[in-house]
Amino acid sequence: MENLKYLDDVSTLVLNEEKCIGCSLCTEVCPQAVFEMKQNKAHIVDFNACMECGACVNNCPSEAISVNPGVG
Amino acid sequence: MKISTSDVNIMPAMDKTIVSCSTEISNPMDEYEKPGFKLCYYVDRFIQTDSGFIPVIKSKLETKDLFSTFYVRCGINRYKYTVAPGLYGIGKPDKNSEVLVTANFKLTFDHLRKELDDINAWILVLDTKGINVWCAAGKGTFSTRELVNRIKNCTLEKIVDHKRVIVPQLGATGVSARDVKEQSGFRVVYGPIRAGDIPAFLKNNRKADKNMRQVTFTLYERFILTPVEIQTILKLALITALFLLVISGFGPDIFSFSKAWERGIVSVFALMAGIFSGAFVTPVLLPFIPPREFALKGIITGSIFAIPLITIISFAISSFAGLLALFLFSVTISSYLAMNFTGATPFTSPSGVEKEMKRYIPVQLTSLVISSGLWIYSAF
Repeated sequence: MENLKYLDDVSTLVLNEEKCIGCSLCTEVCPQAVFEMKQNKAHIVDFNACMECGACVNNCPSEAISVNPGVG
Repeated sequence: MKISTSDVNIMPAMDKTIVSCSTEISNPMDEYEKPGFKLCYYVDRFIQTDSGFIPVIKSKLETKDLFSTFYVRCGINRYKYTVAPGLYGIGKPDKNSEVLVTANFKLTFDHLRKELDDINAWILVLDTKGINVWCAAGKGTFSTRELVNRIKNCTLEKIVDHKRVIVPQLGATGVSARDVKEQSGFRVVYGPIRAGDIPAFLKNNRKADKNMRQVTFTLYERFILTPVEIQTILKLALITALFLLVISGFGPDIFSFSKAWERGIVSVFALMAGIFSGAFVTPVLLPFIPPREFALKGIITGSIFAIPLITIISFAISSFAGLLALFLFSVTISSYLAMNFTGATPFTSPSGVEKEMKRYIPVQLTSLVISSGLWIYSAF
C-alpha cells in the first residue's frame, strides 16, 4: 500500500497512550499497520494510512482509542 | 382435423427410458433428502456430531461456481448470491478442529473453501445478508451479536472441545473480541485478511505475520472491481444519453430531429469516453496517476481521453463553444466517477472522502452547467 496513500491529516483517529494497557490487539486488527508497540505501549506510526475502519476502537479493552468513522 | 401418429415414432427414446427407470441408481445423498428442502451441490456429505448432522462441503470449486463468480463480478444477481448461515465442516473435522468464521456471501464462502484443500475445520457462516466480511462488519451485520447468536444456535460447545473461534481480521470492524468472550465463552483469534493465508496461519500456531495483516490493492484487485462500477451506473448512463439526445436538438429551429441525432451521437461519445476513463482506466491505473484526490485523478485521465476525442469530433463540429462543452462534459463525468470509486477501495477514510466531495462536487456541478449552456449555445 506504500504507493496508495489517501489525503493527509484528515483521520479522526486519537490514541490516548496513558490509557493503553499494552495488549497489542490494535496492531493485530489494523489492516493498514497504523500502530506499533514500543515499550509495551501502542504508538501511532503511520497516522495518514488510517482509513477510520474502527477495528482498533472496537477491540481496545481500555478505551484508549477513538475514531469517528462516519457512514463510509 | 385428424392427426395420425400411427406411422410416426414420436418418442424414439421411450424404450430406453423404460429400461433406465427399472435400474436402481444409488445416490448416497438420498437419505438426507427432506420434503421441501433442496441439497446444495457444494455439500459433499453429512457427518454426525453431538449437535446433529452437519454438512461437509467440498473444497474444489465446480464450473458452475466459476460461472456464477463471473456473473456476480459483473453485478448480476449479486445481492441474492448467498449460502445458508450456520455450521459447516470441511475435510474431516473433529472435536479439536479449528472454527473459521465467515460471511454468507457465496463469493466469500467459495473463496474460503477453495483454500482449505488439506484442512480439517469447521466453518461458521454468519448471516451478513449476502455481503462480504469487511463491508458487513462496517455496516454491522458481521457483528458481535450475530457471532454470539450463531455460536449459541449451533451449540458450538458440543462440537469442539476448545473455546476458540478464528475470525477474519477484517471482521474486527464489527466484532469486539472481549464482548464475544464475555457473552459466549469463546475466545476470538483474529486470522489473516486473505483466505489464502489460512493454511500458513494454522501451521504457524495461529500466528499471522505482518504481510497477512495488511490489505493490498493490486492491479488485478482493482481491475476485478470495475465491471460492477460500470454496471451500477449503466442505467444512469442510459438516461443521460437520452437527455443528451434531447438537448442536442435545441437550436434555431427550436427543435430539430436531425440535429438531435447528429449532435446527440457526438455528445454520447463524450459521455462514453468519460465513463471509460472514470470507471475503468482511473481505478485500474490508480497509483500511477499522481494526485491523491480521486476527483483530480479523474480530471487528468479524463483530459487525456477527451483531447484526442475532441480532435476527431472537430472534423464534424466546427464551433469552439461546442467542442469546449464536450471536453468539459467528458472530463466532469470522468472526475465524478473516479471520485465514486473511493467507496470501493481499501484505503480511503470517510473523513477524507467527505473533504474531497465538499471540494469537488461544486466544481463538477459548475462544470456541468457551463458545458450544458455552451452546448446549447453552440447550436445557434
